[in-house]
Amino acid sequence: MIKTNKKTPKNIILSLENVSISYGTFEAVRNVFCNFKKGNITSLIGPSGCGKSTVLRSLNRMNDLIPNCSLKGTVLFDGTNIYDKRVDPVEVRRRIGMVFQQPNPFPKSIYENIAFGARINGFTGNMDKLVEISLRKAALWDECKDKLNDSGYSLSGGQQQRLCIARTIAIEPEIILMDEPCSALDPISTLKIEETMHELKKNYTIIIVTHNMQQALRVSDMTAFFNAIEYEDGDGGKVGYLAEFNSTKKIFNSPKEKTTQEYISGKFG
Amino acid sequence: MNSLYYQKRLSRNIGDKFFTSLSVICALIAILPLIFLVTYILIKGGSQITPELLTLEPNPPGDDLDAGGINPALIGTLIITTIASIIAIPVGVGGGIYLAEYSKGGAFSRFIRFGVNVLAGVPSIIAGVFIYALIVSTKILFGSMYSGLAGGMALSILMLPTVIKTTDEGLKLVPNELRYASLGVGASMYTTILKVTLPSAFRSIATGVVLGIARAAGETAPLIFTALFSYYYITGFGDLFYEMGSLAVLIYNFALEPYDAQNKLAWAASFILVLSILSVNIFSRILAAFTEKTKRV
Repeated sequence: MIKTNKKTPKNIILSLENVSISYGTFEAVRNVFCNFKKGNITSLIGPSGCGKSTVLRSLNRMNDLIPNCSLKGTVLFDGTNIYDKRVDPVEVRRRIGMVFQQPNPFPKSIYENIAFGARINGFTGNMDKLVEISLRKAALWDECKDKLNDSGYSLSGGQQQRLCIARTIAIEPEIILMDEPCSALDPISTLKIEETMHELKKNYTIIIVTHNMQQALRVSDMTAFFNAIEYEDGDGGKVGYLAEFNSTKKIFNSPKEKTTQEYISGKFG
Repeated sequence: MNSLYYQKRLSRNIGDKFFTSLSVICALIAILPLIFLVTYILIKGGSQITPELLTLEPNPPGDDLDAGGINPALIGTLIITTIASIIAIPVGVGGGIYLAEYSKGGAFSRFIRFGVNVLAGVPSIIAGVFIYALIVSTKILFGSMYSGLAGGMALSILMLPTVIKTTDEGLKLVPNELRYASLGVGASMYTTILKVTLPSAFRSIATGVVLGIARAAGETAPLIFTALFSYYYITGFGDLFYEMGSLAVLIYNFALEPYDAQNKLAWAASFILVLSILSVNIFSRILAAFTEKTKRV
């Protein structure tokens, strides 16, 4: 483990310090400072193109997979800048798991979907037990305990997404990132996922990107509002920035910024 | 006002009819050679098929009595194609994996893709001459000259582009979400490829491999320069280092003989060759259709 001298308060698990992310010459988001508290659910909201998904993906180095994507600044996790050259992104992703927008189970059985991640992470304990615990935590056990050998694709969209959550839990990450996990789901499935998130909060830190402000209000403790504006020194395109970051209550009841007020009341977005 | 009803005599409708029939006729003419060729070979060759034909050695031409069988050539084709597959499949699949998974679209990968396309267009006889110059004339393989091994190498050159291309394209069809999913649970790049992407693309890669084999099995020119021909049974491992018969070269040799018995043998060999290539192609179609069905929506 590579330790740096930087000190962060104990309850802060992940912190962004002056992070700017670009795709080639196009700057997606600029100068973000943000601290994520341990054991909280933090939601990132904002209009399309404000860079919230980009920021989320940067938190476990998923952006590495996008050609030309580069990051300036520091992302501190466990006292380490995860963008340090000596850091292994595979190790980062083992400790910071991710659930994607589209449910993306592996083309394997339900059981294998969960066992896969655990096995490659060197899990040697009782696999049956782990599969059951993970499925229970994701509130999927009762629905699929009798068909663990069926393909992951045989499940409904909402169930697939919960399978993806279970798969992420199985590797016991410290943080779970969720990129609009309910945008492809119906309201009932959405509700189930939200219930799952409330359960997971006890053991994990969750950071979620959502377009649904009601969802942010329902599930999260903290809310970060991202916005995009044209900078004078930019090339005319809009660049995202963190407009306001506060407890969810304050963001929705008494926002400091006018744009936050306008966004949450539906004037733009 | 014109009537809304269809009018046959309108010049645009006449023109339309004319061009429709013209294209149908062209399509029929295009398929005719295949139909004639296959039926002709089935009739001419099919009548020659006997159990002895598949088990005997061919007799040297000249005595004009009994031509014997095509067993050495049949087994030879199987062996040479197997050698070609053993070389071309690992290299081709590996190269395809590099292109689809690791390369970032830089100059090197563009060069490889271009090179593969060029290789796919190289006349097969050139592949034969190349291996002749490299292996046969230099006696580099334990002093042997013409050999089944050299023949397999020449055919592997022809298989390689098909295998690389289909692997590349098959892997590209695997949705990126699946890669993210695997990397997202902390899998390394090679685990992801080995355990997730390759299995998902397996059937399309297998289809490409089968097509590559079908192409290689029917080639004559590269084998004339490398494996040459043999009249004798293949009895052991050591025969790999000597001249080896193959169906394609047998047809080439015997079809040109002035004796009727040898000509008949060539027809029989054509029948077997066409039938096996046809069935391999149909097999790959079935494989591909199966892939379509199981593809994720």
